[in-house]
Amino acid sequence: MSFVTIFYACIFYAASAMLIGGLAYKIYLYSRTPAPLKIPTTPAPTTTTGVVYRLGREVVFFESLFKSNKWIWIFGWLFHFSLLLVLMRHLRYFTEPVWGWVVLVQPFGKYAGFAMVAGLAGLWARRLFVERIKYISTVSDHLILLLLIGIGLSGLTIKFVAHTDIVDVKAFILGLMYFDWQPLPADPVLLVHLFLVAALMAIFPISKLLHAPGLFFSPSRNQVDNPREVRHLAPWAAELEK
Amino acid sequence: MAAAEFEVPKFREYPVIPALRPDEMAGSKPYVAAAPIQEALGFPGQLVDDWQAKAITRMGELLDKYRSFRVYMDACVHCGACTDKCHYFIGTADPKNMPVARQELVRKVYRRYFTFAGKYFPKLVGAVDLTRDVLDDWYSYFNQCSECRRCSVFCPYGIDTAEVTMAAREIMDSVGLGVKYTGEILGKLHKIGNNLGLPGPALEDTMLGLEEDIKDETGVDVRLPIDMKGAEVLLITPSADFFSEPHVDSLIGYAKVFHQAGISWTLSSHASEAGNFGLFIGNYEQMRKAAMRIRQAALDLGAKRIVVGECGHAWRVAYSFWNTLTGVGLGGEDPFAKALQQQLDPRHPVPQHICEFTYDLIQRGALNLDKEANDHRVITFHDSCNVARASRMGDMPGGQFVIPRSIIKSVANHFHDMPQDTICESTFCCGGGGGLLTDDLLEIRVKGALPRMEALKQVVDDHGVNFFASICAICKAQFNKVLPFYGFDTSMNGGVHQLVSTAIQLGTKE
Repeated sequence: MSFVTIFYACIFYAASAMLIGGLAYKIYLYSRTPAPLKIPTTPAPTTTTGVVYRLGREVVFFESLFKSNKWIWIFGWLFHFSLLLVLMRHLRYFTEPVWGWVVLVQPFGKYAGFAMVAGLAGLWARRLFVERIKYISTVSDHLILLLLIGIGLSGLTIKFVAHTDIVDVKAFILGLMYFDWQPLPADPVLLVHLFLVAALMAIFPISKLLHAPGLFFSPSRNQVDNPREVRHLAPWAAELEK
Repeated sequence: MAAAEFEVPKFREYPVIPALRPDEMAGSKPYVAAAPIQEALGFPGQLVDDWQAKAITRMGELLDKYRSFRVYMDACVHCGACTDKCHYFIGTADPKNMPVARQELVRKVYRRYFTFAGKYFPKLVGAVDLTRDVLDDWYSYFNQCSECRRCSVFCPYGIDTAEVTMAAREIMDSVGLGVKYTGEILGKLHKIGNNLGLPGPALEDTMLGLEEDIKDETGVDVRLPIDMKGAEVLLITPSADFFSEPHVDSLIGYAKVFHQAGISWTLSSHASEAGNFGLFIGNYEQMRKAAMRIRQAALDLGAKRIVVGECGHAWRVAYSFWNTLTGVGLGGEDPFAKALQQQLDPRHPVPQHICEFTYDLIQRGALNLDKEANDHRVITFHDSCNVARASRMGDMPGGQFVIPRSIIKSVANHFHDMPQDTICESTFCCGGGGGLLTDDLLEIRVKGALPRMEALKQVVDDHGVNFFASICAICKAQFNKVLPFYGFDTSMNGGVHQLVSTAIQLGTKE
């Protein structure tokens, strides 16, 4: 077993642990923290079903962002939707036999990589050239975009320019999943791609990438508008009545 | 034209987003509350010695108590969607008035003390220590937010700067740095029962005077009762309605509506205020204490229904929070809520907005209205921020937009809306809400009114609008002040029930 294989096996176990453990901890914190007051941004749905649709529209279409700014919406939606296709396509490296719908997604996922990088480039351009957005950008905002662009470009390079032995890569990944380690091909572009992905997984729960779970816990979006009909009381607020 | 010591913004030919003018408003700060004001609310009298440690501790407590605050601290991705949405940014071009930058004043401290990245890589993620400079920025810029929630409409995660502003103000109060204006008013409310500090007898005198005025004007005996036990409706209205112009004209309107509908009602001298500045300072206990007066009044007077007068933030507190805070509402299962709710009439919403109340009567044909009486008026309607984005009227989402407009169209012939992107959920704040309605903040108030005034200008030019109707005591007071700065006459400022008052034909129905 080569050093490269051992090293990458270790960082992927570590990154997975940080991603899953970190996210689980954050989600636990969010769910444990009470929302003492009814603060949906109105007009808001008056039923739980309505709230599911509202959140669904936010997740699928980025409804509020669409109302807000068409450029950010175009680039942001393009990036996220492409990323989804790319991730779905990558399931083929985690499943044996490959699921039928993953096979169907394959041709779209293959080219979605370009759209993903284009979306990211648009977002980065706004960060660099729009005065207001430049003002609010931190170093990490730029680095996260660079990280994602790096993942996209290295992935596209593997797919379209410098192929790696993808059968061996899949064997490596399945080996990780079933604790039966297999050698990883030591192609430089592949190693860069995998390293950046591990980095992204690791920083997810300690960075602004928390916007993903955050949306579902946002009281202004997930609350039902029924304060007159149902009494809403947080445990710490109920104490005040004793 | 009022004299100004600052430059009043010019109307923009096109609504271009202004280029940044850093620190343009850094000097704008309200007067700091003196020790007696702070101590009356249970806060330290002045900035405590170990304020930094205390502030961080308080921030930690708020993170544990408010899911909104915790999630909003983490979720922002700096996408920039909100950057051009705040009326204070549009009017001042100060980048710290962009919602994300305002939140960032707190978020960068949150990161430093509560996140892994901020503890170990502060420069990378923009985390800073809570220094005196940072605190000064907080005091300045969190008192340049009217908690109007316009940014939260446009945020892809619904991040509401109002929640962050409230948390920041609460943290500052807890270390002894409070605002004179809001603190003083809350003190009066707790002591006397209303924001103006009007005692019961003065209130009775005022109501008698109003009854005479109505008699002179219409020849009809319309009563404005106080503390009348057994009245069906308890009316809770902003105290500005008792004597400010044009507020009082809406109060007369409510009285006429009750009169013609033949529904008995009363004001309360114990709870003679709908406004609740506990909301503005973000303190749950203060907000609850203020609202408890209403619960007490309802119990003492035995009212079956509770109706709320024209006031934006008061309606937010009433509609969204009263049931939570004090059990004024329906559907409570616990003994505390039941003690009041078994007395209330569940056939009507509790609390009910005066516009819902009047709208229902109009639908049932219970009011005799002469639209021609308002023919000298060409009307537009300003959606007050707290009504538009933090509450509802009627049983349909968006009823808060439909019902007031429907009332106006039932009592007048000439109505024109301002441009779509400046009304309903996208409405622009008047510029004076959220505890900013004080003369020491006049500059930010005038500048923050720019987008609203531009929209008004458009319907004045296009349709000859001469009546600017709103349903908020703060909006009305703010417009009295700022309309002249933009070349408008204050006589166009008024309430929806002022229009009802003009149209209602007393003596024809009862």
